[in-house]
Amino acid sequence: MGKFTLCDVELWYNDFKALKNVTMDIGANEITAFIGPSGCGKSTLLKSLNRMNDLVEGCKITGKLLLDGEDIYGGIDVNLLRKRVGMVFQKPNPFPMSVYDNIAFGPRTHGVKSRYRLDEIVEKSLRDAAIWDECNGRLKKSALSLSGGQQQRLCIARALSVEPDVLLMDEPTSALDPISTSKIEDLLAELKKRYTVVIVTHNMQQATRISDRTAFFLLGEMVEYGDTEQIFSLPRDKRTEDYITGRFG
Amino acid sequence: MKMRKIKDLTLRGLTWLCAGVTAAMLLFLLAYILLKGVPHIKPSLFALHYNSENVSLFPALVITVLTVALSLLIAVPLGVFAAVYLAEYAKRGSRFVRLVRTTAETLAGIPSILYGLFGSLFFVAWLGWGYSLLAGSCTLAIMILPLVMRTTEESLKAVPDSYREGAFGLGAGKLRTVFRIILPAAAPGILAGIILAIGRIVGETAALIYTLGNTADVDPSRGLFTSGRTLSMHMYSLANNALYTDQAYATAVVLLVVVIGINALSAFLAKKIVKR
Repeated sequence: MGKFTLCDVELWYNDFKALKNVTMDIGANEITAFIGPSGCGKSTLLKSLNRMNDLVEGCKITGKLLLDGEDIYGGIDVNLLRKRVGMVFQKPNPFPMSVYDNIAFGPRTHGVKSRYRLDEIVEKSLRDAAIWDECNGRLKKSALSLSGGQQQRLCIARALSVEPDVLLMDEPTSALDPISTSKIEDLLAELKKRYTVVIVTHNMQQATRISDRTAFFLLGEMVEYGDTEQIFSLPRDKRTEDYITGRFG
Repeated sequence: MKMRKIKDLTLRGLTWLCAGVTAAMLLFLLAYILLKGVPHIKPSLFALHYNSENVSLFPALVITVLTVALSLLIAVPLGVFAAVYLAEYAKRGSRFVRLVRTTAETLAGIPSILYGLFGSLFFVAWLGWGYSLLAGSCTLAIMILPLVMRTTEESLKAVPDSYREGAFGLGAGKLRTVFRIILPAAAPGILAGIILAIGRIVGETAALIYTLGNTADVDPSRGLFTSGRTLSMHMYSLANNALYTDQAYATAVVLLVVVIGINALSAFLAKKIVKR
């Protein structure tokens, strides 16, 4: 059994059906990539894995979504779910406070008070996100003074600070330059040893470079899901082939 | 080509002229008040108690500071929390929200003498507080409440949703997100609203004449129920009396200094909060 088990997941925004009949298993300690053209529902599906869709008015979801066998939309505590399933967004969104406080916000939220423990968590998270060397010595500086790529790694560190099992990433490099992008991709290869990663990407080269499994979405439907190598070399569905060869999208 | 150049020059000259006139008016006003007022600032103006001999503005100065503090103490928590409700908790576009917003907008457009009338009927007469610091401050609190609420709401709305997503994504609840992330991020805007509110309080006379009273001296033993007058009211009274014109100008100088001081303090606080 995978980390996530999805069965017949359907999702509506009011009358618009954004996801149709998605059934899939997402493996632990793997990088799973969601690809597809804009508006195909891949981000929507990602956000339903930690219930960020709850914030959207008129959003309704049916079917089964299990995390380690536990129903995500059942009696689970949403805040604890989001602690377990961390998220990194498309645009770096550090809080307008110091680097240190950005990282410490999560642990403090979940009750860590000891200064010593917080120092430890901040250092470890920043190291794990490969940004410690750039931030050490400017922990008290505003996070907004960092460059875009640094901000995004800071956001990854922030997500790691609450010791999640899963990292959801919604096009985490689409706002970054190639060098920052490659730094984050290297980082992901390192992170997958300890975390399950689900990443939405518009960049198919990125999907081939970093992911183990790939799911292709089109108009709310999961068209094909399999090993990344197979999807990109021998797609079974004609629509997948058209998309990855650049015939549309 | 030449025509365009002429047009360009004319327009540039015109904008320069407008900016110049605006600045000149302000400078003229300042210089006039300073020239007429500064020579008449004497230690006796700051005597502890007022009498018709020293025409002390000290009681009025104290009352001004107290009125500002008290009105803000009432209006800021109310206004800020109301705005938090409207911007963060209420369903967007609900009837109640629309009602509150319309009410606030209407309240903001009412002439201040009407607040004075209400305050004198409700606080002074009906509640029996008499002409008092408390009645005056409550009246002013009602007057600035819509201003504080609207500016706070606008600055909360201006906080990017990505901050909210970031906090929720870490498992922070609504309360923690609002108080630790959203409100600090909105603080500069809220402070700008408070500075505007301070300006209205300091400049107000009409709403206070029938609530704070207009006595030149204060009676500290009566605490919040002492009557008094703010510097603006004090100036108005002095200016009404041909004998005290010079002192009125001196008071104007003090009032200017007080206003500049309060604004500088607020700006300093805002900067400090933003840095943090």
